[in-house]
Amino acid sequence: MTDSNVKKVYAREEYCAGCRLCEVYCVTAHSRYKDDVVKAYKLDEKRPLPGIVFEERKPLSFALQCRHCDASPCTKACITGAMRKDSETGVVTNDRSRCVGCWSCIMVCPFGAIGRDERNGKTASKCDLCISTGDIPACVKGCPNGALIYD
Amino acid sequence: MRGMDMHYVIIGNSAAAIGAVEGIRKLDREGRITLISDEAYHTYSRPLISYYLAGKIEESQLIYREPDFYVKNSVDTILGTKVVQIDCGNQEVVLENQDRLRYDRLLIAAGGKPFIPQIEGLDKKGIYSFLKLDDVKQIGNICTEGVKAVVIGAGLIGLKAAEALGELKVEVTVVELADRVLSTILDQTAAEMVQKHLELHGINFILNNTVKSFNGEENVCSVTLNDETIVECDFAVTAIGVIPNTGIVGGTPIQTNRGIAVDRFMRTNIQDVYAAGDICEGFDSLHNMNRVIPILPGAYMQGETAGQNMAGGSVEYAGGFAMNSIGFFGLPMITAGIGTPDCEGYEIMVSSVPENGIYKKVVLKDDKICGFIYLGNIDRVGILTNLIKERVDVSTFRDGILTDSFGLASFPGEYRKNKMLGEKAVRW
Repeated sequence: MTDSNVKKVYAREEYCAGCRLCEVYCVTAHSRYKDDVVKAYKLDEKRPLPGIVFEERKPLSFALQCRHCDASPCTKACITGAMRKDSETGVVTNDRSRCVGCWSCIMVCPFGAIGRDERNGKTASKCDLCISTGDIPACVKGCPNGALIYD
Repeated sequence: MRGMDMHYVIIGNSAAAIGAVEGIRKLDREGRITLISDEAYHTYSRPLISYYLAGKIEESQLIYREPDFYVKNSVDTILGTKVVQIDCGNQEVVLENQDRLRYDRLLIAAGGKPFIPQIEGLDKKGIYSFLKLDDVKQIGNICTEGVKAVVIGAGLIGLKAAEALGELKVEVTVVELADRVLSTILDQTAAEMVQKHLELHGINFILNNTVKSFNGEENVCSVTLNDETIVECDFAVTAIGVIPNTGIVGGTPIQTNRGIAVDRFMRTNIQDVYAAGDICEGFDSLHNMNRVIPILPGAYMQGETAGQNMAGGSVEYAGGFAMNSIGFFGLPMITAGIGTPDCEGYEIMVSSVPENGIYKKVVLKDDKICGFIYLGNIDRVGILTNLIKERVDVSTFRDGILTDSFGLASFPGEYRKNKMLGEKAVRW
């Protein structure tokens, strides 16, 4: 079984300058002001956490997102059924209206790619590949160095 | 045989049973599935009952799968009906109304039941378990501010019950036989931190002691402990433990030890009969033996494995090990594997900031992680769970494990790149 069916975001760590703009674009794309960084940060107090884990160990740095893996242990450990892998697209998403923040997904994610969002009623936060926009992921689009590719 | 002629019968309606439906439907869209449960509810999440009791979620949010789950997966349900007998010879299950149902493949996923030792006065009213939705519905009816409750057992279920009751302003006293709370998953230090946190939120504890009798006329009004202490209460919750619900295979040739014995394909010793979840002894990859590990992720994955094999697949259960993610009054904790080794040969690394409620402990053997206890800061601990699972030698990066910045960047380059590129499929 491979993960080849789902397009996902890959980091080219040798091109990552560590600017963390990927996080800014991710937050903006998932805020109330999807195309406006300034408004998203100044006006949307409930803007979500970035669905990205930024890692740095200088000179190494990279952005890491959910791998949407086939095994998706998060969906199997989920106690509510909120974390689901779409059988058609392969994208793993968390239905926040059903998530209670038990963190069972964090317990099993091999990548540590799921965050705790305590601002919006204690729910798990992760990359959804910007699936609802129909566009390529905002982090990929916004990366100034081409350090993120969507393939 | 496949397709329309095949009849799958599943006993149970929780994580293992639902995993089996999803496993079967990966390979067989047409075979008939009949799912039987003694509870009259749409599949719901047992771990959520304490959230429901505390009023954090509505009853409609308890569902473990969407309301159209059975329809979408072409599952016929028989809910609110007990299975009274399994007739392996005739390949039939017998329901309490004496209906007989023939199966081609049978999955027994009937879960666990509360373990309640013989205690004097158990027949009094006002003594509840804390496993099923009906349990908390009954408890919810009597919870008003200032009511007193005794919870017997400071395990995962007992403390979740205590937390929910505390949130409802019930005066809660937890009585525990062991010398600490959550004794199966926490060491002394972590247990004391958790206990202190719960005490700050009004929960009272009596350790090294247990209830020897329930007192009262018709209703329980107090309990007497081993040392003759009397604790007043308006009701009591027994949360001493959960044991496999193996009564259901009584009188059958299905091999049962503590739980139903299964192989790596989740087959019992009887042809075409499978078992999964809290009722069976699944493979523990850490101890390299079969044993009952009653946790939801394991139940789901065993059920999914069983389902695929029932539908003609050949999938081995990779095995699991004990792991728990739980929290009380905003203090999260995640533990996995062997967190408190009871013999020589283990190395222990600890980092702790008690005043912030943070405690991290990693247990190693032969440079491999075999367990951890993380309290307070649990971010990204799944990385450790996976290092246990894949038996990775951590000697080149072990010093960074307890630091806040620990992550994939701490891994050797090759291993990290393999992981991030996803070529190395991670299977559970």
